[in-house]
Amino acid sequence: MIRSELLQEMAEAHPQMRPEEIEQVVDIFFEEIGARLAEGGRVELRGFGAFSTRPRDARTGRNPRTGQAVDVPAKRVPYFKPGKEMRDRLKVV
Amino acid sequence: MDMMRSIGTLTRADLAETINRKMGFSRTESLALVETILERMCHALSEGENVKISGFGSFVLRDKKERIGRNPKTGIEVPITPRRVMTFRASQKLKDRIAQTG
Repeated sequence: MIRSELLQEMAEAHPQMRPEEIEQVVDIFFEEIGARLAEGGRVELRGFGAFSTRPRDARTGRNPRTGQAVDVPAKRVPYFKPGKEMRDRLKVV
Repeated sequence: MDMMRSIGTLTRADLAETINRKMGFSRTESLALVETILERMCHALSEGENVKISGFGSFVLRDKKERIGRNPKTGIEVPITPRRVMTFRASQKLKDRIAQTG
């Protein structure tokens, strides 16, 4: 499923809404999640899962092309943990 | 655990609240919209489809084979049934945004 397919299914589920409105709603949804993570916060969507960020220490990396050492600064990386309901729904039958 | 925690947790209700404020839909409608987004993504994933949202990231399914595990308390070996797991791969855009938090 890609974004446009999600919009399509949203439109079918909410026929009273205009496609542009659906698009804005979906944009707000993902934008708000990204914004909260960028602030260092957490996002918890019961049944689906939880988004958070985790710290990564600074390290010395290498340019894979030249082999030259480069300093990679400490940073935060996104993390997602699927919820129990989601995990159960993925079960292979 | 870390100080970043002090920023509150965003929930369905907060997302609905923002939709209500920015779009003018009722609270009930806004919450229903949030629920549909999650339900449609859940549905696609449960049907074995990956979900890719450009600019945000992808939810990717992976099939795990059966393996032998161990009950950490008793040390008894138990088979871990084959299963499908879901991982999230953030887009470069989201990674860059979060990395800047420091």
